Amino acid sequence: MAALEEEFTLSTGVLSAGPEGLLGVEQSDKADQFLVTDGGRTVVLYKVSDQKPLGSWSVKQGQIITCPAVCNFQTGEYIVVHDNKVLRIWNNEDVNLDKVFKATLSAEVHRIHSIPGAEPLVLFSSGAIRGLEALLAEPQQKIETLISDEEVIKWSKFFMVFKHPVLIFISGNHENYFVYVQMCKSHSLSKYTLLLGKEEKSITPKFTAYVDRKFISLMSLSSDGCIYETLIPTYSTDTEKNQRLVRSLVLKAVVSGGARNRTTLTNLDQDHVAVLGPPLPASKECLSIWNRKFQTLQSSKEFPQGTSGQLWYYGEILFMLHGKCLTVIPYKCQVSSLAGALGKLRHSQDTGTCSMPHFVNWEMCEGYELESHSAAQSRRILRRKKMEASLQPEVPGSEQLLSIINKDSEKHIEVELRKFLATSTPDFHTLLGDVITGLLGRCKAEPSFYPRNCLMQLIQTHVLSYSLCPGLMEIALERADVQMLQLCLQQFPDIPESATCACLKLFLSDTMQDEEMEEQTEVVQNGFSPKDSNCSNENQELSEKPGAAKTVSCPVTPKRAALLNGILHSAYSETFLLPHLKDIPAQHIVLLLQYLNFLYLKCSGNAAMTLPGVNPPTLSQIMDWICLLLDANFTVVLMIPEAKRLLTNLYKFVKSQICVYSELNKIEVSFRELQKLNQEKNSRGLYSIEVLELF
Amino acid sequence: MGEFKVHRVRFFNYVPPGIRCVAYNNQSNRLAVSRTDGTVEIYNLSANYFQEKFFPGHESRSTEALCWAEGQRLFSAGLNGEILEYDLQTLNIKYALDASGGPIWSLAASPSGSQLLVGCEDGSVKLFEVTPDKIQFARNFDRQKSRILSLSWHPAGTHIAAGSIDYISVFDVKSGSTLRKMIVDRQHLGMTKSKCIVWGVAFLSDGTVISVDSVGKVQLWDSATGTLVKSHLIANADVQSIAVADQEDSFVVGTAEGTVFHFQLVSVTSNSSEKQWVRTKPFQHHTHDVRTVAHSPTALISGGTDTHLVIRPLMEKVEVKNYDAALRKITFPHRRLVSCSKRRQLLLFQFAHHLELWRLGSTAATGKNGDTLPLSKNADHLLHLKTKGPENIICSCISPCGSWIAYSTASRFFLYRLKYVRDNISLQRVSKMPAFLRSALHILFSEDSTKLFVASNQGSLHIIQLLEGSFKHLHSFQPQSGTVEAMCLLAVSPDGNWLAASGTSAGVHVYNLNHLKLHCTVPAYSFPVTALAIAPNTNNLVIAHSDQQVFEFSIPDKQYTEWSRTVQKQGFHQLWLQRDTPITHISFHPKRPMHILLHDAYMFCIIDKSLPLPNDKAVLYNPLPPKDESDVFLRRTTHAFKISKIYKPLLFMDLLDERTLVAVERPLDDIIAQLPPPIKKKKFGT
Repeated sequence: MAALEEEFTLSTGVLSAGPEGLLGVEQSDKADQFLVTDGGRTVVLYKVSDQKPLGSWSVKQGQIITCPAVCNFQTGEYIVVHDNKVLRIWNNEDVNLDKVFKATLSAEVHRIHSIPGAEPLVLFSSGAIRGLEALLAEPQQKIETLISDEEVIKWSKFFMVFKHPVLIFISGNHENYFVYVQMCKSHSLSKYTLLLGKEEKSITPKFTAYVDRKFISLMSLSSDGCIYETLIPTYSTDTEKNQRLVRSLVLKAVVSGGARNRTTLTNLDQDHVAVLGPPLPASKECLSIWNRKFQTLQSSKEFPQGTSGQLWYYGEILFMLHGKCLTVIPYKCQVSSLAGALGKLRHSQDTGTCSMPHFVNWEMCEGYELESHSAAQSRRILRRKKMEASLQPEVPGSEQLLSIINKDSEKHIEVELRKFLATSTPDFHTLLGDVITGLLGRCKAEPSFYPRNCLMQLIQTHVLSYSLCPGLMEIALERADVQMLQLCLQQFPDIPESATCACLKLFLSDTMQDEEMEEQTEVVQNGFSPKDSNCSNENQELSEKPGAAKTVSCPVTPKRAALLNGILHSAYSETFLLPHLKDIPAQHIVLLLQYLNFLYLKCSGNAAMTLPGVNPPTLSQIMDWICLLLDANFTVVLMIPEAKRLLTNLYKFVKSQICVYSELNKIEVSFRELQKLNQEKNSRGLYSIEVLELF
Repeated sequence: MGEFKVHRVRFFNYVPPGIRCVAYNNQSNRLAVSRTDGTVEIYNLSANYFQEKFFPGHESRSTEALCWAEGQRLFSAGLNGEILEYDLQTLNIKYALDASGGPIWSLAASPSGSQLLVGCEDGSVKLFEVTPDKIQFARNFDRQKSRILSLSWHPAGTHIAAGSIDYISVFDVKSGSTLRKMIVDRQHLGMTKSKCIVWGVAFLSDGTVISVDSVGKVQLWDSATGTLVKSHLIANADVQSIAVADQEDSFVVGTAEGTVFHFQLVSVTSNSSEKQWVRTKPFQHHTHDVRTVAHSPTALISGGTDTHLVIRPLMEKVEVKNYDAALRKITFPHRRLVSCSKRRQLLLFQFAHHLELWRLGSTAATGKNGDTLPLSKNADHLLHLKTKGPENIICSCISPCGSWIAYSTASRFFLYRLKYVRDNISLQRVSKMPAFLRSALHILFSEDSTKLFVASNQGSLHIIQLLEGSFKHLHSFQPQSGTVEAMCLLAVSPDGNWLAASGTSAGVHVYNLNHLKLHCTVPAYSFPVTALAIAPNTNNLVIAHSDQQVFEFSIPDKQYTEWSRTVQKQGFHQLWLQRDTPITHISFHPKRPMHILLHDAYMFCIIDKSLPLPNDKAVLYNPLPPKDESDVFLRRTTHAFKISKIYKPLLFMDLLDERTLVAVERPLDDIIAQLPPPIKKKKFGT
């Protein structure tokens, strides 16, 4: 579980952080020591565990440091550039920067990059790159121009990929962003065009990158608050100029889209990324750790005094400017267990003012932007192929199906869906979710569109649940499609009590009754189980019995009985069901009670206390429902004259049951006494003579 | 097979004494167990957990500590202030040495076994050197304020930890000075107890000291700094014992609530090298205090006030998941405490300090299987014979005619003559029994009650001629030259010609009583003998071993009988071999020479040698009588083993006459009823 530990500040007395914040924080060759370069003239070497500066160097008045000081890990010297062109190299022992080694270069330096195990690289504003040694050998050498005049380097980073130093930088003009990858060994430079969304034009996204095997994974935090990932190959495939790079969505809405400047991100490891910025438009700035794999927020910390929108990360320590203070936050990430990775939800969810979900929903694809997302997804799947092979568009089956769903006729959809269901892909479940969401979305949009057969087919895959397609039962209820509802009741394990009750209402309603009359003849065609006819047959048999004291007849038609049985089987929790039961009209309550009473009488008719047929309601289900209904509506039912007889019957029944049980209790006590006597006989005392026969 | 009247006797009011200490010897895989009455028992864990030796207790000796040193030498110490060494060959006490520090509470042998430490009431810790034939006082360590209740050596032998009241001291062995004192917290669930007794300590090789104490805690200390590293509160009552595995990767503690907890050193996270002691498994096999625990390489051993010795194999350490991996609960001694006079229908019960003589009742009624018959005469308690002196009775016997009773203690042998005048009984002690009969391990009368055979712990067998009111020493069989192994089991042939004797380890010797010489020796078998008997007429010697094998050896032919060879060829039924109590008595039917009657604690069996042996597929024990099955079916399923499990736990069973059996049962509930009440634990609610 990734976690941010207690932060502490470094004394910044000597630093003068400008409005732009610090120039940079860089590692030094000793662990725990970091070079901090402020926006003006000063470089400070800090020992972080002591929270103290070890040394501080300043350039002369009038000069200005233009590039953060770095450490040359090979020699242990520090390097800084001031006034764009003047390079200074000094040691820990040096006191005055004026008196140290100086080299004036012929072109403006953008940055010096240094990482352990490699020679420092100087990146010129023109895009040219030189090794430090080569440069110092001939400081005035001519520096070529690689990027066009309009382009400005926005961001750069230096990596080791398989022991080869690689420098990547991004430059941009007003229109486009380009990624340059410089392989230092082979001196090959690859250029890629970064394709960004439309909204990106005005604001430069923030970048971070890490090496993922053969690729450099470049992540960008766009002004819409989402993190996108772009994979850049570290080997140049061909010399073809201007390859394009597509990006895919990694995390959605990690910071508020409105935050313009003070956001940044940095990659922590394979799975975790730290994001700095306000999560909501109005909120304070926050440092959040996100797990990309599980799309969860792992940890978050608020910075009420504002930050400079800068974040540095070296070996488990995060640096940032909080207010005027340089803040150090140790970051720990243990090898993640699933529970750890799943993280926690942010507490500020209840503000309710923001329309954007500020944590990533598992069902991201649901609801909105279905198409774009699945497109992005498929793009992501194909990304590597694309890198290696051509850019030939290849539309997968599911995508095609989704587009068909959105446009074509019911018939066509049905045919295509059947084809789709016949194949089984590993992500069948998710695709099925996409498909049903697409169908339901279109249903809502076009009132005339109701692909009943498709939906039935989908339900019968046994994969769907209520929470996966909450709209399905709603639509079926709207259209009073009882068959669909019955199927849902059978198949879905997680129907909420409100939906169950809505179904019950519909099943009991008079419209049903009318329909029934019409459709009476085509019961079988509608797909009801043969159990129902059994039920009615037996019912008739029962009523035909001459000896029966009371003629018991089913108060509802077999069709309705089958539907009600579906309800009786559904799972519920009393507390949630009771309030909904109160909404059912009294007449319907009575009808249902009559039906339940009928079921009960049938049940108690045989010794096993069961009903005939396939999957009939059990006695306890029947009794529970009777109790529930009476609990919810007793006062109402009491007032209805039709219910009087029923209630009397039930009352008599309960009374007789109490009688029986009290008798049983008495018998139990006597039995216990008998058992005791028997035990005493068994214990026999200390001595006895018995007969034993061995066989 | 036969119908018997069974005298079902439950008035043998025997309560095994509680277990005080256990000590496991890795070298010989033996377990020494001491009980609250001073009895010390040796169990051979390799021989199916058979109790092969025992040392009788003594009223003034209460063993508080037990340990093995110098390989297989066994020492104990107790509240009388003496250190004892036991002679495992002759089964007597080699010597007792007063440590002169008052009562001794703890005893520990150094890792090399060459030194012994005792912790005394006066707060002294004394070091003894173990010499080849004795122990010698070496020096005192720094005297502590109060009694030393527990001791543990560092595996390197350089330091020791001593648990006292309220604190633990760490000593340097070389200088004998106290290096550290670690004060134990008296708080228990917010209540401060008046004192905290450190019941047990264990020193690990990394310098960690584990302590268990009376406030219910298991605590880990760093002995170098004297700081508490970790504390586990595991009980509301005392934690009384601790034992650590040799590999130091697990340890076991026992609490006064009867729970045994297993702690293991496990990695904090998978594939990390950092390890931590974690309480892994609780076991509740005891109802009362677990006074002592031991940790063998494959099992946790515990014992306490409830008198059960529990051996709980660690499933992860058991390589073969066979019957040895099952839990063992040993409650009753593996020797006979009951003898019987068939002619007079008398039972003699042996207790630690007295004997009881009972006469069985009678009935005139008959009945069918399972019936309880009305008694025409109830059983009578005839005699209560108290021993003189503080020593426990080792063994006792009543003659078949019922007119002689003999018993022995460690220092004396007693013989009584009984006379029955109508309903009255008179007892007359035979005086001047020779001293060499003392501490006899087994006493046996000949079938005609004219001879007495005594197996002494020196390995010799004595034959005494019994006359009216006096005796005459006839002969002594001396042990084979060079061996002093104690003889513990005897059997005499009904015709009085043969005497078989077996020692503590394998080997049964058969003597000819007419010529008074050794007749033959039964081929050695690797498991100890648990019961012996010689059949009438055929003079076949039947021997039961602790691995549940039964052999039949023809004495006249000096070889195993044909039946015995067949049995060995085919093998016993699997379930027969899986029984976990040894056969303690064998007898024969006077009219049916093919029958052998034998029993262990949980079953009674008649082996009919004329019937085929069961194979592993056959049902060994079929409690239900055959009903209407055809003869063919009966013939097909019937086999030689007729087993009854009605009577249990069965301490003694014998044939009184052709149609009458006597079974002495001792129900566990009756034992529990006589124990002190256990610590009450709330089970439900608050």
